[in-house]
Amino acid sequence: MARRYDSRTTIFSPEGRLYQIEYAMEAISHAGTVLGVLAKDGVVLAAEKKVTGKLLDLAGAKEGGYGGSGEKIFLLNSNVIGGVAGLTADANSLINYARTAAQKHLLTYNDDIPVEVLAQRLCDMKQGYTQFGGLRPFGVSLLYAGYDPHYQFQLYHSDPSGNYSGWKATCIGANNGTAQSLLKQEYKDDIEIKDAISLVLRVMSKTMDSTTLGSEKLEFAVLTLDPETKAPKAKIYRPAEIDALLQSEGLKKDEDAEMKPAQ
Amino acid sequence: METSFAITGKGYVIVAADTTAARSIVKMKTDEDKIKALGPHLLMAYSGEPGDTVQFAEYVERNIRLYQIRHHYSLRPSAAASWVRRSLAESLRSRHPYSVNLLLGGYDEASDEPKLYWIDYLGTMTEVPFGAHGYGSYFALSLLDRCVKKYLVISGALICHSRYHNPDATLEEGIETLKRCIDEVAKRLIVSPSKYKVKIVDKDGVREIEL
Repeated sequence: MARRYDSRTTIFSPEGRLYQIEYAMEAISHAGTVLGVLAKDGVVLAAEKKVTGKLLDLAGAKEGGYGGSGEKIFLLNSNVIGGVAGLTADANSLINYARTAAQKHLLTYNDDIPVEVLAQRLCDMKQGYTQFGGLRPFGVSLLYAGYDPHYQFQLYHSDPSGNYSGWKATCIGANNGTAQSLLKQEYKDDIEIKDAISLVLRVMSKTMDSTTLGSEKLEFAVLTLDPETKAPKAKIYRPAEIDALLQSEGLKKDEDAEMKPAQ
Repeated sequence: METSFAITGKGYVIVAADTTAARSIVKMKTDEDKIKALGPHLLMAYSGEPGDTVQFAEYVERNIRLYQIRHHYSLRPSAAASWVRRSLAESLRSRHPYSVNLLLGGYDEASDEPKLYWIDYLGTMTEVPFGAHGYGSYFALSLLDRCVKKYLVISGALICHSRYHNPDATLEEGIETLKRCIDEVAKRLIVSPSKYKVKIVDKDGVREIEL
């Protein structure tokens, strides 16, 4: 009889729960990890790509666009980067919505959308699907790393229920408990962007399932202020840049070296 | 005839508007307030078709307030001005357009700068160091222009004749400049307004002063 309350998002169970929302959250906790750290002078996002295979053609990801492979980290507006965990197809439609919302704000106010406002717009939409309309809620959690003149650098998290909250450092997706306790131990207030980058990479290397840490498994992005124009500058790393960064942080594990003893 | 001025100075914007409510050749009232405080750091002087002005000003006031309630902070002057301009531009293309001219002055707390926008009923908007609407503008603008020209010629050396407009003038100097504008209009315009309301916006907020 439990299924009576499982099949529709619009109906509470006798215990007062919305099962579909809880299932959506569960789906996210199996998705690739996305990690964000807020620093004094910037925000860092990193994401683990789960589905990769030798035959997947990544030629486009290496060259085109604004960087990244376009699987987990996206530019939402010139002042906001989004990291997604959950169903990629659901995420694509949310990202499209976010970009439209940001451009609409720019059109009406001639000003970049404040980060919290953007998070609110997406949450209004996500909340809607817990109450009416579709058959299921969005199976997506997002991290928003952004900057606006009201509250400077910010990091937000939103979940399928339409809740959102601001964080100094947080993590969604697989192993988020482990990552969060690591962040709790190592995070310091007034951390600088350089230290935030290495903190993110260190935590990522500990929580990721795979033994190798490289551009084929990792997406990485940083939002800072341009030293000259004082405008927010979003940088989503290209695969080669990620490898170079891992090398410089001493975290690059050589796949061949690991393979050799096994042979 | 209806007249409004606004001038920026060091950390402030002064907005002044006449207080006459007229119908045809008759003055109905001489203490009408045509400057609305749209927020803690934003002023708007409105003029144009009577009725349209009040209706549109209240519409703007409520919407700016709604944004403030929803987001816990006010729109920045530039964002508010863009929104107002857009509202007028949309109105112009509707069946019953508002015929309202505006001067929007504010203090941007994020960048610590005074901002002034000149907006007309056609949806034209420009950021200006000083601005005016109505018949008074023909006299006041030339007066205020004198300093800007000098200011550009000297370029960089901030020596400016303080009796005309100077973007770095103190509040006292700014008020003096405003008085010169009002006197000029009183001297040359046939039906010049008798009284003005003057409001100031700076880092401390909005306040009204007596000349």
